[in-house]
Amino acid sequence: MTNRIALSLTINGRDYAICVEPRRTLADAIREDCGQTGTHVGCEHGVCGACTVIVDGEPVRSCLMFAVQAAGRSIRTVEGLAQGDVLHPLQRAFMTHHGLQCGFCTPGFLMLVVGVLEREPDIEIDALVDILSSNLCRCTGYQNIIKAVRAAAAEMRGATA
Amino acid sequence: MSVARHRLIGRSLERLEDRPLLLGRGRFAADVSFAGQLVMRVVRSTCAHAKLLSIDVSAACALEGVHAVWTAADTRGIPPIDIRLTRIPGLEVYRQSVLASKEVRYVGEPVAVVFAEDAYLAEDAADLITVEVEDLPVVLAAEAEPREFLPGLSTEATCLRKGYGDIEAAFAAAHAIVRVDLAIGRHSAVPIETRGAIARYDAPRDMLELYGAAKVPHWNRDQIARMLGRDPASVQLYQGHVGGGFGVRGELYPEDVLVCAAALRLRRPVKWIEDRHEHLIAANHSREQHHYVRAAIDGNGRILAIEDEFFHDQGAYMRTHGATVPDLAAAMLGGPYRVPAYRVEAHIRLTNKTPAGTYRAPGRFETTFVRERLLDAIAHRIGIDRLEVRRRNLIARSEMPYARPLDVLGTHVVLDSGDYAGLLDTALERIGWERLNAELAARRAAGEMVGAGVAMFVEKSGLGPFEDVEISVDPQGDVEVVTGAASLGQGIETVIAQICGETLGVDYHAIRVIHGQTARIARGLGAFASRATVMTGEATRLAAEKLRATARQAAAALMQQPLATLDLVDGVIVSTTAAGPTMRLGALAGALMASGPSLGFPEGPCARASFTTDHMTYPYGVHIAVLRVDAETGEVTLERFLLAYDVGRAVNPRLVEGQLAGGFAQGLGGALLEEFCYDERGQPVTVTLADYLMPTAHEVPMLEVVITQDAPSPLNPLGLKGAGEGGANAVGAAIAAAIDDAIGRPGAVTRLPVTPQRLRAILADIALERRAGSLSC
Repeated sequence: MTNRIALSLTINGRDYAICVEPRRTLADAIREDCGQTGTHVGCEHGVCGACTVIVDGEPVRSCLMFAVQAAGRSIRTVEGLAQGDVLHPLQRAFMTHHGLQCGFCTPGFLMLVVGVLEREPDIEIDALVDILSSNLCRCTGYQNIIKAVRAAAAEMRGATA
Repeated sequence: MSVARHRLIGRSLERLEDRPLLLGRGRFAADVSFAGQLVMRVVRSTCAHAKLLSIDVSAACALEGVHAVWTAADTRGIPPIDIRLTRIPGLEVYRQSVLASKEVRYVGEPVAVVFAEDAYLAEDAADLITVEVEDLPVVLAAEAEPREFLPGLSTEATCLRKGYGDIEAAFAAAHAIVRVDLAIGRHSAVPIETRGAIARYDAPRDMLELYGAAKVPHWNRDQIARMLGRDPASVQLYQGHVGGGFGVRGELYPEDVLVCAAALRLRRPVKWIEDRHEHLIAANHSREQHHYVRAAIDGNGRILAIEDEFFHDQGAYMRTHGATVPDLAAAMLGGPYRVPAYRVEAHIRLTNKTPAGTYRAPGRFETTFVRERLLDAIAHRIGIDRLEVRRRNLIARSEMPYARPLDVLGTHVVLDSGDYAGLLDTALERIGWERLNAELAARRAAGEMVGAGVAMFVEKSGLGPFEDVEISVDPQGDVEVVTGAASLGQGIETVIAQICGETLGVDYHAIRVIHGQTARIARGLGAFASRATVMTGEATRLAAEKLRATARQAAAALMQQPLATLDLVDGVIVSTTAAGPTMRLGALAGALMASGPSLGFPEGPCARASFTTDHMTYPYGVHIAVLRVDAETGEVTLERFLLAYDVGRAVNPRLVEGQLAGGFAQGLGGALLEEFCYDERGQPVTVTLADYLMPTAHEVPMLEVVITQDAPSPLNPLGLKGAGEGGANAVGAAIAAAIDDAIGRPGAVTRLPVTPQRLRAILADIALERRAGSLSC
């Protein structure tokens, strides 16, 4: 398995020319080949969601996607959320509501929620909790994450209205 | 002019830790890489018990990019991993070596390691290694008759015995004897970050460095040094961010030693990142115990004596925790109740499963389930309310401090302070117990299976014997606190900064808390047993007091002002009397660095302090579960959960709530969902996160938290007690009681987790009994 393929990944608007095996996961390519280690790998089988990134506007598990499948597509990771030093409303809300402890699952939750709220800003809270249940957190017991997400959703709706 | 110092202790301030974590700038183990590093992949046993006949590594070695492959022959000189806590004679022969040599004893045991240029390649190579074995019989039930586990060694490593009082007389005089037979499943912490270890040998300095440290860096440093024949000063451990600990992460495991040995021998950095499958079969398991407990009671339901015999399933080896979990279980079973006579026998048994260690509220999640089930059974036997039976047996506030003639973790059990009945009343009032039960009764009458359960517990925290803190100020006025404690994501940097900031008189944002770096402080015991806030917190307060005194005295000399008029507020020396001169703490630090000795302050702008204690602090709590059972599916839905907890003093109430909420979710997993299962050949069947079911946002309800500070600990001036484990402690007990209530069958739940299958079986038994009953009438 050493036939490497040259491709370009576009992460947070920046292009990374990399050369990887076809079997290389998108998560590993983002982390190891592009050096963007904010995306975390928690299970490598698509259950925990720590590796969630946004590809062409959709939250995806980057451990279940090959890097070659993401070539030429727009990838967004946690590193791209803040504007300089100004936190994204969701990042700010996680801080205010103590929605993180160890912080390992946090990038996955942030990208999952941002991906959903950008597409469906008016999503009902029950539907949102349904979506949140696709990622695992072992520290918070989720309720503070839900509080943060509700607050950020309201703020993001206000900003776009 | 009078400027009030800011109060920081007791405020729900935002965490210092959050920003880098939210920005994706964390530095977890997998984020650490070094140029020229090799990746280690572990080849693990696929048999639960077998004789190792041969290992063929030739195909793996032949693969391009594979640097080395090791088996036990290559690690022969490395002794087994030692026991860190609760060393009891007889356990050491069961310790684990870094690679199996003659036989394998559990699925997941390391038998070989591959070192390759890349993780994918290392895994390819590992797949090419063939291990020839001869199967041996497996032991999977800890309560089975003891037999030979190893040549000449029994499955029973030891039997711990504790007790006091005249147990025979109590049972002989009893009005009644209540027995229950209870089991707790095999769970573990399963943090979302798997383990990781990256070792580098710096030959010019002759320094071995290990990154990915978590819980007990100093102890691990000393052990790695000993095992590899090095001077401890030539080994350093570095903690980065840690993606959850909960007792499991950061103990010394074979992989940590292997990367260090390899970095030394191969002279290249070596990185190992565990995958999730490995984690579930290789990192410590916990909890699995079977208790046969009986209580002697009088006619009013008062406990005269408790006798417990339990079997602790240790798995295949004794790991670093030694007998810690059964020791805690044996010593903490009494909880908040008066138990005039007590006897416990804890059988520590080896089985062919993944070895066990601690997991959040070790020994207490288990025995709170046991004790509270026993209390419910006593209430049922006597025919009194389950709250009444508790009230009759609770230790009163006036009896504090309450010494139980037992030892645990090398300390005497002395419940330091508490108002258990008061907290029960608070919890019942908050949840509206009377009205709640009326509503539940009405719903049950209408055909719903709904119920409520109450469980009480005593936690322990602040394990000594010491922790050190060093505080220094730089000329910019930034304060650095160095501690031997560790961070596992619990917010220790913020808590320590709050204590330091308030005591010293600086903004907590200006404080940098350094933890888990063996190079920065000579000794430290780390983060476990809910000890960090208590031990490091009090050491911080002591050091900050000293530094504050130094700063004021030096300022008095430099500013030529009377000492009594000087205060330190927000990082500035100010006069409390008039609009006199001021001096920034940074400027003062600069002056002290330049001429501290001549001013009479030889240590400069620094202070150090140790806090030592021989006793633990004992926080306590009440859990109330309200739930609904679906008779068709056996599913349990939590409708409400109230958690009342007395933490002595909350440094940051929001973080205390966060600890409790997180512990609660883990307790809920252990009560209803999570269990490591094995087939009859010892093959683990819980090997992915789709098998080991941790609660998601769906399963965890909004937690109602009541934090009280009615019983500050008398053992430290701030009154601190720990908050790490009270969230998990009684969840299994409260849920079990609520299920009994919902299905109308006291004592129905005897085993955790109450999975849908188990609950359906209970309901089917009840239906069968009812049918038999109606036929016989």
